[in-house]
Formats: sequence, structure tokens, C-alpha cells
Amino acid sequence: MSTMPIHPDSYADFLTPAELHRIQLHRLQTVVRASYDHVPLTRARMKERGLKPEHIKTLADIATLPFMQKTDLRDTYPYGLFARPMSEVVRLHASSGTTGKPIVVGYTRDDMNVWTSVMTRTLSAAGLNKNDVIQNAFGYGLFTGGLGAHYGAEALGATVIPISGGNTERQIMVMQDFGVTAIFSTPSYFLHLIEAIEACGTGFKDLKLKVGVFGAEPWTDAMRAHIQERAGIKAYDIYGLSEIIGPGVATECCQQAGLHVFEDHFLMEIVDPDTDQVLPDGAEGELVLTTLSKQAIPMLRYRTHDITSIIAEPCACGRTIRRIRRISHRSDDMMIIRGVNVFPSQIEAALLKVEQSLPHYQIVLSRMGGLDQIEVQVEVTEEMFRDRVSALEQLQKKMSTAIEHVIGLRANVRLVEPQSIARSQGKAKRVIDKRKEEANQ
Amino acid sequence: MTLKQLSVFLENRPGRLSHPCKALSEAGVNILTLCLADTEQFGILRIIVKEWEKAKAVLEKSGCVVNVSDVLALEIPDRPGGMESILAILEPNAINIEYMYAFTLKRGSNAVLIVRVDKPELAAKTLRQHHIAPLDTGTFFGLA
Repeated sequence: MSTMPIHPDSYADFLTPAELHRIQLHRLQTVVRASYDHVPLTRARMKERGLKPEHIKTLADIATLPFMQKTDLRDTYPYGLFARPMSEVVRLHASSGTTGKPIVVGYTRDDMNVWTSVMTRTLSAAGLNKNDVIQNAFGYGLFTGGLGAHYGAEALGATVIPISGGNTERQIMVMQDFGVTAIFSTPSYFLHLIEAIEACGTGFKDLKLKVGVFGAEPWTDAMRAHIQERAGIKAYDIYGLSEIIGPGVATECCQQAGLHVFEDHFLMEIVDPDTDQVLPDGAEGELVLTTLSKQAIPMLRYRTHDITSIIAEPCACGRTIRRIRRISHRSDDMMIIRGVNVFPSQIEAALLKVEQSLPHYQIVLSRMGGLDQIEVQVEVTEEMFRDRVSALEQLQKKMSTAIEHVIGLRANVRLVEPQSIARSQGKAKRVIDKRKEEANQ
Repeated sequence: MTLKQLSVFLENRPGRLSHPCKALSEAGVNILTLCLADTEQFGILRIIVKEWEKAKAVLEKSGCVVNVSDVLALEIPDRPGGMESILAILEPNAINIEYMYAFTLKRGSNAVLIVRVDKPELAAKTLRQHHIAPLDTGTFFGLA
């Protein structure tokens, strides 16, 4: 076991399997009962299968329950999946959905306590404690990242600087002047900060920074190596999603070898995305999560579409909660742009609104100054082509505005010549993601 | 009394202009005059050719997107103030000139102004009232 001092909440990371399973089963039975009693969608689906809450007798019985999807949140927007009255809900967050309406998630007072606790355990696993001065550059607001990390860091007893994202100059000033020892941000934004710090001649050796906690977007081990070497810090990967709780679902420990899932609150399964069959430990598949203690919105067997596998072998850090491998890719076509979930179908819907018929298009993602950029290339058709420059510029602007309206992010629309977007078997490749190659350079 | 002009959409990057030009030359279509409008991202190639229907088919077959529009062809004296006389007629009548380009004739001392306006019918009528007749296709290609 590591000699690193840990927060008292972290003792749950070290339960014996028997203790953990007893807690899990009790919580699973409670959450299934609450869902059945208070969430009409879940009750209807369970009835369809002839299932009652009392049929859940073992942890393995979870496999009999129906799955839940992101579309369930969308279809019941805004409060359809809430299992508690609004008088008990103390917080709402929202993330982008698939139609322009966001997905709304709620928290009771107890949910807030659980969220704070799992984030405290997350930060403790990264070696942070009350002596740290933390610069929280995750966005504050409807996005769960900023406030989720904030509460966890405060509960840890650390000094939290709620600087939120952006304004690189101020970030650097604060980092220097306030004696910051740890930073939370997206990995791409931190890459940008590294460049800015090096450009202004400060250099990392003059800074007290020693730890970075990074999440909200996929990144690679190559990026980690780059960050650790250039900034001279330890860079930890964290995992979470608003539908489940926000950040705080899983985290790396000092070993940096997979992410420990807080299994006492989140029951994980790996399923084959095609057959829906539960896969054994070690097999790669889609991560499916059940919230064991969530009250406001209990999620049963939620399909994350994130592809990973369970590492069942014990970790050298001593934690008994199992790990998952770093998320490598997704089973659907969802893109994560500036921490916002975006589907190509949303961009398609926006283009359809402007032009009535769907033109050939391609989404090109790149990174500039640490920020994700979206370019939507649209092949010009006879119907949309006008002889006047101003008319075409207006069309670009109309498309760009329509896209921004749906996804909430600015996209640059570029008109391109017919047949200029490469097609394979007649089907255009919808997304070109240049961000990974750029980050690895 | 208008002339057909073809417009071709081009991306603003090296080599894009030669594609439609090559398609036309291979089909034996001669470009009488042209004008290129460009922005940072894209351009519009505007051309006047004798057999516009054939040229349109050739361009479309080569993968271009083509737009046909009506423009006025006006013969003006090739000397200082030649163009001004035209503007003096159109502007007071609230006819908006969207763009124009010109070329000189091989013979004689006149030039031809190609004008795209927002109200081509009204513009032609007004010009005729001032004894300036927009060239019809026959006359135009006779001169050129």
C-alpha cells in the first residue's frame, strides 16, 4: 500500500470484496426499488419484462434489467427521469443533447454529498491534500466539471482558486503569484498553457506546480508523457459523465495504470455493443454504469458508449476497487468538442434547416491555441449556388448560426466544390479529427 | 435584351481555376471575356461564351456547379468618361449595380461593359430611353 496520506473518505477505496459486494447489493436493491416506484419509464420497461424490484437478489441479477440510453434523458426532458420531487433537488446541471435541447441532471442534498465525496477521493488518489493550492480551470456553470471538482477540492481542505477556463495570461499570473501546486483542466487547454508559459519565459522550474488533474475529453498516453516532461508534473486522468454524476466516476492513482471506478457508488459492467451480452473482466466492450446511490436521477445500466475493459488484477496502490483502462474510443459517433458532446446528426439537422435538402458535408476538428476548432465543409450544390459573393457569404453565416444554435459552439462553415469531399463506397467520411495528431506533435 | 453569363464556384486555392478552363478548351469553347471575384475562402468565375448551353453542359459534366444569370452588354466609347455616361443613367433610377467588368473590342475604338444589375428589365428600358441599347446576343458576338 502506498505511503501517501489519504483522506478519510478514501477508506472506501480499500474495502474487502465481501464488504464491497454487500454494500453494492443493498444499494442496488434500493435504487431499483426507487426507480420502479418513481420513474414511470423504468417501471414500464420492467413490467414489460415481468420484472419486479424483489427479483434483484444478487448482483448478477442486474443483467436482467433493461438498459438506459442518453435518448431516455432527451425523450423525458427536462424532469421525466427524476425520482424525487423538485423540493428535494438542490442542484441542476445540463449538458448538450442530440437535438439542441440539453440533457438536464439533478442532485439531492445526499447526491451532492456523494459527488463531493467521490471527487475528494479522486483528488486524494492524485496525492493532493489540505496543503495544496488548486487552480480549478474547469469551466464553472452548467457543465459539471468546474463545480464538481471545486466541491471535492474544498472538502479535501485544499485552497481552491475558482478561476474557470480561459484567459491564459491571468491563469499564468495566478499560477505564479498564488503558489499553485495543482491544476485541473482539460488536457488540451493545459498543453496550451505549457506553450504560453514557455513563451513568456517563466519556465516550470520557478513554479510550485506538481500535479495536473485532467479530464472532460479523451487524451492519450503520448500526451501524458509530453505534459509530464515539459511541465515537470504528474498528470492524472479522471473520468466521469453528467448523466452518472459528473467528474468523480473513476480516477487514476499514483500508479497511473488504469482508472479506479468508485464501485461502491457506481456498478460497472462491460457489454458487447452489438449483442448487449455482458463480457468478462479483461474483455473490451462498452462501459455500462448503474448509479447505486443517486437519488434525484437514478440511472440503471446506462450505456456510456465509451469503449474500455475492466482490469481485475489488484493495483500496486492497494486500492481494492477495480480499474478500467483509459477510454480508447466510443461505440457511437459522438465527438467531444471543448468538453461539449456533439453528434454529427446535430450538425446535419442544422444544415437541413438552412437548405431543406442535405448537402454533402464533412466536420473537420482541429486545435488552435489549446482550443478545439470546428470547421464544417459543405459542398456547393446548384440550388445553393448564387452568382453573388455576398449571397454565398450570407449562406455560410446562416449555416454557421444554425449550427451554433443547435450545439452551442461556434463553427466555421466553408463552402467547397462539388465532389471535393472524399467518399468511400459513395459515403462521405463525416468527421476528420486532426486534434490527436496535433496534440502528439 | 440581356446576355447569358455563366458563373462557376471555385475554392480559393492554387490550381482550381485551371479545371473549368481546361474543360472548356478541350470542348473547343472560347471564353470571350471573364471576371473573377474572390474572398478568402472561395471565388466565383464569371464567363461570357458564345454557346452558353454547351459550355454549361461541359462544365457540369466536369463536376463544376454552374449558375446562369442575365447581364447587360453595353457598347461604350473607349475614352475617359465613357463609363460615367452609363452610371449617370442607372444610378438616378435606383438601379443597383452588383458588379461589372469590361473589355475592349479588337476593331474600332469602343469597349464593351458587362453589367450585372438588380433590375435588368428596368435597366435595359431606361438605357434605351437614353438611346443606349444593350447588345443582343447576335450583335454582341458579331462585334466580338
